[in-house]
Amino acid sequence: MIGIYLSSALVIALLLFLIRHAGLKYVLLGVFGLLQVGYAVYAFTHQNIADLEYFTPDALGTLFLIVLSIVTIPVLLHSYLYFVHHPYLPREQGMYYSAIVILITALSAAYVSNHIGITWVFVELTTLSASALIYHRRNILTLEGTWKYIFVCSISITLVFIGILFLSIAIQQEGLKDLTYVSLMQNAPLLNVFWLKLAFLFIFTGFTSKAGLVPMYTAGIDAKDKAPHPAGALFSSVLMNIGFLGIFRFYEIISHTSIHGWSNNVMIISGLASVFVATVYMLKVKNFKRLMAYSSVEHMGLVILGLAAGGIGAYAAILHLVLHSFAKPALFLQFGQLNRTFNSKNIYQMGGYFRLNPTGAIVLLLAFFTVTAMPPSGMFISEFLIFRSLFEARQLWLLVVVLLLLTFIIWAFGKNVFRILFTKPVAFDESKFVRIRPVESLSQFFLLFMVLWLGFNPPAFMIEMIQTAVANLP
Amino acid sequence: MSDILLILFAITLIYIGVANRLFTYISVLAFQGVLLFGIAFIQLIEINTINLVFVLLETIIFKTIAIPIFLRRVIKRNQIKREAEPYVSNFVSVVIITAIIIGSFLLSNTVHDEHLEKMFFVIALSSLFTGLYIIASRRKVITHVMGFLIIENGVFVLSLAVGNEMPMLVNTGILLDIFVSVLLLGIFVNKIGDVIKEQDVESLSSLKD
Repeated sequence: MIGIYLSSALVIALLLFLIRHAGLKYVLLGVFGLLQVGYAVYAFTHQNIADLEYFTPDALGTLFLIVLSIVTIPVLLHSYLYFVHHPYLPREQGMYYSAIVILITALSAAYVSNHIGITWVFVELTTLSASALIYHRRNILTLEGTWKYIFVCSISITLVFIGILFLSIAIQQEGLKDLTYVSLMQNAPLLNVFWLKLAFLFIFTGFTSKAGLVPMYTAGIDAKDKAPHPAGALFSSVLMNIGFLGIFRFYEIISHTSIHGWSNNVMIISGLASVFVATVYMLKVKNFKRLMAYSSVEHMGLVILGLAAGGIGAYAAILHLVLHSFAKPALFLQFGQLNRTFNSKNIYQMGGYFRLNPTGAIVLLLAFFTVTAMPPSGMFISEFLIFRSLFEARQLWLLVVVLLLLTFIIWAFGKNVFRILFTKPVAFDESKFVRIRPVESLSQFFLLFMVLWLGFNPPAFMIEMIQTAVANLP
Repeated sequence: MSDILLILFAITLIYIGVANRLFTYISVLAFQGVLLFGIAFIQLIEINTINLVFVLLETIIFKTIAIPIFLRRVIKRNQIKREAEPYVSNFVSVVIITAIIIGSFLLSNTVHDEHLEKMFFVIALSSLFTGLYIIASRRKVITHVMGFLIIENGVFVLSLAVGNEMPMLVNTGILLDIFVSVLLLGIFVNKIGDVIKEQDVESLSSLKD
């Protein structure tokens, strides 16, 4: 089935790139949407069955795949809206759609792959397609963003490869050759810890560029800022999940060895530094898109802290990621309307949004409450569980520092959102303003509702999947 | 024999520290390609012919001939100034690169592993960190690409150390190398050269907070 999925997605991407006719493009995108959902359903019903030898949809991969498929639909809809309001050439539109199809396909394949090398290949493919999306506007700033993204991601992917080489040295000592996750996990206690330590450092550092953690988070910020907002919605949610997945799968292996505690310390340092960096920049930035991007860095930092704390933290981390993957796209997709209204990303040129676009303003307000994890947001529950796990792991000082930083973040985020909503805009010409139809905010309400619903009344199958996913951790 | 080539490789790393002109960097990269060819030839003599041909094509055709020609063309076409323009003096660079090599030696002495030839490990790590250092300490975007190529060479050396038993990893590494180099240099030639004339990093630094 994955063979059919990959090849048809590739054909669709190729056709989207070649065909200039607008109507045909939408038909193709519709077909791709169906294909994506169809594959997610197939993976859900055929869990833990190897497909083409290298692809096994396990619980965590399938969960992320379902999340990706749900997020895909609004993203495609808003890509359509984006092109209605920004008339690009058919060739540029084709390039954009083709890149977005390849990105989603590569993400799906990377989620379900059971071999560390295959994951690596598809993560590399996401870099390529993401850079085409960042370069979409074709001006000097997007060029700079693309260059930085490709450069940092290339170094990161090379670091992951070095990590895999160290890992292969370790397994060769035991006379093994198999680099699948299952085999690695079974043999983990036998492996030489020196090579495992090196491998963990390199693989962790490499995947932080995708996951948006310190030290390689910088490229992701520019990418989310410069790409069109529907692509930004993908970058700040499902693309970060693959970075997390790469770290998580290797962490599962490490957790069966004697360096488990050491790896927890590495992750705590990275997680705390991420939350700190996010706080510092969120207090400072004036660009709303970058503000949202730094908020993603903060959430990833919390997720890694939860994973490192262990216990309920691992469960909470994955729940938090799932919820974040719905909340952040809602915010990014809403940004499209904001940008159309004020024709700027700068917060100081926005204002009075509640009067101009009440529906959009309500989305922004709800999204703010959701993303900063205030009750009744579902993310409140996952964040609370993460804090509980830190408390249970006796990391009290860490908890105090993180909570303090979060207070600053809520203040910085709130200050800017309320400025946009309620203060009088500076130098804004209201005569040119075209009213935005409320129906364009429908998908954002749906995504935010998902966060609320999954947080407070999670379906049984989701709980079960998350529990299966973390069952291998000690 | 391969030890001698590896030591020569380490010397080229130090030489990059003192090099002033961009063309010297390119010559060093080409020379590293020849060295890698020699090392690969000695190390991988037992693996099957197709893999061997693949490895030799990568080192000679790609690393020694194609990339240097490409880089020269980029420099000429975009009229890049020929000095490397480091942020720090060459003396400091040499000291730091030497420290990197000594540090890698010390690290390798903590390993007790009969499977791995330590020289490969030492040279790969030194090459990796030297590449990162070149990226961090040079101003021009093109020198960043060269730093990245040095990292790639280090990765190649490391993959040779495990290559006898896992030739698949060597091939994956080669594909990564070709793919990323073409991607980076392709963007450089086609896009950055057209948009920006002065190829300093300074002209690519408006995205920040």
